[in-house]
Amino acid sequence: MSQSVQDQVVAIIAEQAIMDVSEVKLDATLDELGIDSLGLVEAVFAIEETFDVQVPFNANDPSDSQFDISNVQSMIKAVERLVAATGN
Amino acid sequence: MKRVVITGQGAVSSLGMSATATMEGMREGRLGISDLVMQDVERLSVKIGGQIHGYNGADYFSRQELVLYDKFTQFALLSAKEAMAQSGLEISDQLSLRSGVIMGTAGGGLHTQDENYRNVYEAGKNRVHPFVVPRLMNNAAASHVSMTYNLQGPSYTVATACASSNHAMGQAFHMIRSGATYVMLTGGSESMLVFGGIKAWEGLRVMSKDACRPFSATRNGMVQGEGAAVFVFEEYEHAKARGADILAEVIGFAMTSDATDIVTPNKNGAARAIKGALIDAGLNGDEVGYINAHGTGTVANDKTECAAVRDVFGAHSDSLMISSTKSMHGHLIGGTGAVELLACVMALRDGVIAPTIGYEQLDPACDLDVVPNVARDAKVSVALSNAFAFGGLNAVLALRSI
Repeated sequence: MSQSVQDQVVAIIAEQAIMDVSEVKLDATLDELGIDSLGLVEAVFAIEETFDVQVPFNANDPSDSQFDISNVQSMIKAVERLVAATGN
Repeated sequence: MKRVVITGQGAVSSLGMSATATMEGMREGRLGISDLVMQDVERLSVKIGGQIHGYNGADYFSRQELVLYDKFTQFALLSAKEAMAQSGLEISDQLSLRSGVIMGTAGGGLHTQDENYRNVYEAGKNRVHPFVVPRLMNNAAASHVSMTYNLQGPSYTVATACASSNHAMGQAFHMIRSGATYVMLTGGSESMLVFGGIKAWEGLRVMSKDACRPFSATRNGMVQGEGAAVFVFEEYEHAKARGADILAEVIGFAMTSDATDIVTPNKNGAARAIKGALIDAGLNGDEVGYINAHGTGTVANDKTECAAVRDVFGAHSDSLMISSTKSMHGHLIGGTGAVELLACVMALRDGVIAPTIGYEQLDPACDLDVVPNVARDAKVSVALSNAFAFGGLNAVLALRSI
């Protein structure tokens, strides 16, 4: 897999936001990107499928999850940590 | 009591992707049953159905919509779109509070279930798409119709197997007649043509492997179909005030339970439902010109249904026409009564009686005028639509031309 984690996460988020990847700014929040709770859950699923990881995300209380969804950058960092932990 | 009229109709079936195309198929006596195309079809012993070939949801819906719409929801939304367009209704904020949706389905999101069972059981996957539940739930179609048209009144789904649509439309009729609502979108939707859906029916051994031939002595079982139909039911004065084109009036409805057997039909339960619809509509039996039969093509249903008709109508049984359009589009299970109501509207509005195709030979137990093989021009002012479900649940609607 030649694509970086960042590129792949941005692509997943862009698909949910119905935007071009170039329009997804790293400091943007999901709210700013127009991604609602269903979109977020779908993005989490796409991340799990793409990286074969388990995302510790609880849709009942996203703020209480160990998966930081503050903005695009924080999600990329969180995914990078999960990928690193798998040792792949 | 309020009067209830139909001001819009929409459908998708193997006869066509609209109510107009479906009725045209009925008029032509066209066969919409063909070889099934699906994964693992070689493992099925029943390989025919009223399948909508070449259907691609992406032709009609966005990716964001498709992740939430099982095929049965897609069929319902396509039907609702046609029905709403025909009705010309504008749902104002005020009207939305007095408008609702009642849909019938037996299986709900079976494509979603089938696909995801394969994923977790066959492919051994431990993760499913997050929207499996909102896609497969039986009320998904009704809910998406309510969201699409902002219908905020009573909305729900009825599941009474093969009578689901008739029960749903009967409930919608009651809702408007009682004054609770002005507008109801109602009908049914089914997409059971998936491997598991057909395999389950195979088990009962009531399926035909070659054709659906209702009432014919040569009949050898039912054939499944898929699709949906949705109608706009509207309070008469409301429809008249806005100058709507009224397709027909719904004048009566009755439902009964056999309370006898989980699969074998019962003449008395069926007859009580037919008789009940006449009483509810204030009709004499001899006013009925056409009955859209349940007519599944099984030995048991067709002879029981004909006996029930003879019980209720007596000598008039030989003057009325009764046909089963399942011979053309197959048995849509929970959606069947809705698609079949089109045949009633066509009889009342266009004076065309849909035929029972595939008819080959008289069965003395079904010696009624089943309009064999070719549609017939006839003036009819009252029509009934029968639905008799597994579980002994019967629902009959009465319609009048207007």
